[in-house]
Amino acid sequence: MVLRRRPMGVAAVVAATALGLAACGSGGGDSGGGGGETVELTITQNAIAGGKNAAAADHIANWIIPQFVAAQKAKGKDVSVKFLPSGVDDEQYKTKLSLDLKSGKGADVIDIDGIWAGEFAEAGYIKPLTDVVGPEADSWEGWQQIPEAVQGLATFQDKKYALPVGTDGRVLYFNKTLFGKAGLPADWQPKSWQEILDAGAKLKTSGVPVPIQINAGTAMGEATSMQGVLPLLAGAGGEVQKDGKWTGASQPLKDALGLYQKIYGGGLGDPKLQQEAKGRDKSFQQFAEGKIGILMEGDYFWRGVVNPKDGVAKMADRDQVVGYAKIPAIEPGKGVRGQDFVSMSGGALRTVNPASEHPKEAFELLAFTLSPEALKEETKDGNVRITPRTDVNKEILAGEPLLTYISEEVLPLTAYRPPVAVYPQVSVALQEATAAVVGGTAADQAAAAYQSKLEGIVGGAGNIAS
Amino acid sequence: MAPVTSPPDPAKVTDPPPGRYSSDAAGLGRLRAGAFVAPALALIAVFLVFPALWVIYLGLMNYRLTGLAAADPKFVGLDNFLQAISDPGFWDSTWLTFQFVLGSAVIGQVLLGFTIAWMLRDWRGPLKRIVEGLVILAWILPSAVVSFLWVALLDRDSGTLNALLGIEGFAWLLDHPMLSIIIFNTWRGTAFSMMLYGAALGNVPPSHLESARLAGASGWQQLRDVVFPHIRGHILTNLLLISLWTFNDFSPFLLTAGGPDGKSEVLAVHVYKTALQSGDLGYGAAISTVILLINLVVAVFYLRLLRSKR
Repeated sequence: MVLRRRPMGVAAVVAATALGLAACGSGGGDSGGGGGETVELTITQNAIAGGKNAAAADHIANWIIPQFVAAQKAKGKDVSVKFLPSGVDDEQYKTKLSLDLKSGKGADVIDIDGIWAGEFAEAGYIKPLTDVVGPEADSWEGWQQIPEAVQGLATFQDKKYALPVGTDGRVLYFNKTLFGKAGLPADWQPKSWQEILDAGAKLKTSGVPVPIQINAGTAMGEATSMQGVLPLLAGAGGEVQKDGKWTGASQPLKDALGLYQKIYGGGLGDPKLQQEAKGRDKSFQQFAEGKIGILMEGDYFWRGVVNPKDGVAKMADRDQVVGYAKIPAIEPGKGVRGQDFVSMSGGALRTVNPASEHPKEAFELLAFTLSPEALKEETKDGNVRITPRTDVNKEILAGEPLLTYISEEVLPLTAYRPPVAVYPQVSVALQEATAAVVGGTAADQAAAAYQSKLEGIVGGAGNIAS
Repeated sequence: MAPVTSPPDPAKVTDPPPGRYSSDAAGLGRLRAGAFVAPALALIAVFLVFPALWVIYLGLMNYRLTGLAAADPKFVGLDNFLQAISDPGFWDSTWLTFQFVLGSAVIGQVLLGFTIAWMLRDWRGPLKRIVEGLVILAWILPSAVVSFLWVALLDRDSGTLNALLGIEGFAWLLDHPMLSIIIFNTWRGTAFSMMLYGAALGNVPPSHLESARLAGASGWQQLRDVVFPHIRGHILTNLLLISLWTFNDFSPFLLTAGGPDGKSEVLAVHVYKTALQSGDLGYGAAISTVILLINLVVAVFYLRLLRSKR
């Protein structure tokens, strides 16, 4: 608004060019529907060949697409499918998706994180599946195979907005080699937070640079919540939202933040790792290099990070070196619902873009990616994950120790995030509280700051139980 | 032959002041002159004025990227603006931006750019071209490439700089985030100042410098009394441009992502984080409006300085 002369014109031209390019970049490339024509579909995930979730990207490109196109051809339909890859942090993927959907663009079939369902639905970015594709969505054969809790991930205000892609669970991973050197058992299972701290102290004495890594801070985004403050909160007997009231500066939150303080204030963790822009990736790298003793992560870590075949931080000796244990409550019996051990679960969703020009075909593609054959193909050769379908899980989890462990030991005691639109904002406030504690603020003070922020987010102190 | 249009207004002069050239030197008349500038004005209106007004409008809404407020935004008046000016985070960002502009543009780029231009002024041949080429290369490489190189340079565990200095583990981007982005931006943007001053120095009549030298003026005296008066306008134009560019620069995000804990969250990054990452578009638009106002103030300040001499 400032330069009254030529630079303004130049700026305008530049802006025009940029907008033009942006317009070319997005959009599904759908062109005219109707009989006889080629139906063009696009599918997107936060996955990219050679990078993030590479196995998933390869599966879509090399199996799903050719198989689906062939199956449609057999039915006499000419369909072409394009995979739109992405390999960025989940928060950035979410921003990109929101902008795409807001402007009526984006791929026909999209993957979203389960906790985005509420806010996307309220914004009208996703719609109940029956509204978008018709009754086929409810009569999908897969629903009978999907457990109630997992169906809940895809449900918002009693309507199904997507098909669940799977679920997951969190555990404590530890490096058995480092444990051996520190004189700790290879079948370690802590029963209280104190035992974690004790193990951390021993690891430290034996020279491990980062004895304990529990995600904190805003740079790691939702990973801080899911692999950090929420399991700890559950372990201290708290829930972020209970019976419609949000938890303020309660004792469980203070306890959870207190554990952060003991770890990062006491030299058992590396506070800097929580602040770096790529801190989580770095924590993966350091665990793989044997610099981190104990790491709280989801099963994604086992499947996608230290996977000896195609992880982002491969560990050739994963099966021998990486141990795992359930996350203990602060003390036995003091966890949420009186449990001894806790975990948190989430899961991705896959849905049809309401702006799709071919919603029926898009749903067929979507359902095809979650058919037993496709899931079995996707999870073979060491890419096992917990799929939404019990029929498939029974077969594929058998040879996979960690995932069997999670599905049998962890999922029965896990907890889910509140499926409400405002949760992601609350989550950011929680992340900020952990950042403050790691930066040296007292736990009580950070909890109080969280509560005042929470009041602004959820609409006043009346919605908060203290 | 077209009638001379009335002269510019300010003091309601009835006749063109004597000795001034006509304001319609091309003899086009208002209509035709207007037709010539219309396409440019239309572009400006569509791509600059309209978005600016739209931002002000959005700043009055509780518009969000997702959720209910995305589908059905409500008018909230000046709430967003009041929230912004009462938010210490906003003022922190403003202060950091001020440091960033002062450090990397006003001090870093101008001083370094002028120094290089001054030293190179009498050079000829390939060495000059190599130096200039390197400086310009830093300027024209895409931000994504450059920031990747700098992350690789400054990384605390396996960074090139720490390896050279033998201080592995020194976290430049975490312990000195502002210093890092200031040095980065100085390196990145010096080329523009260098080229502008290079051209300006070419306009300083050699005879003036020669006489100053004969009169026994030292190097600094030559600079102060001969060179600076000649290039004053260039300096101010340069300052205006790079201050505004730096003020609105987003590339620090690629190095530090505003972190750690907001310690390098300059305003451009603050708006991105507020509006797009946290999804608070209305509040982000309000902050953008305030930034727009700050930009205007900075611009008016420099333009006044520029005009005061002429």
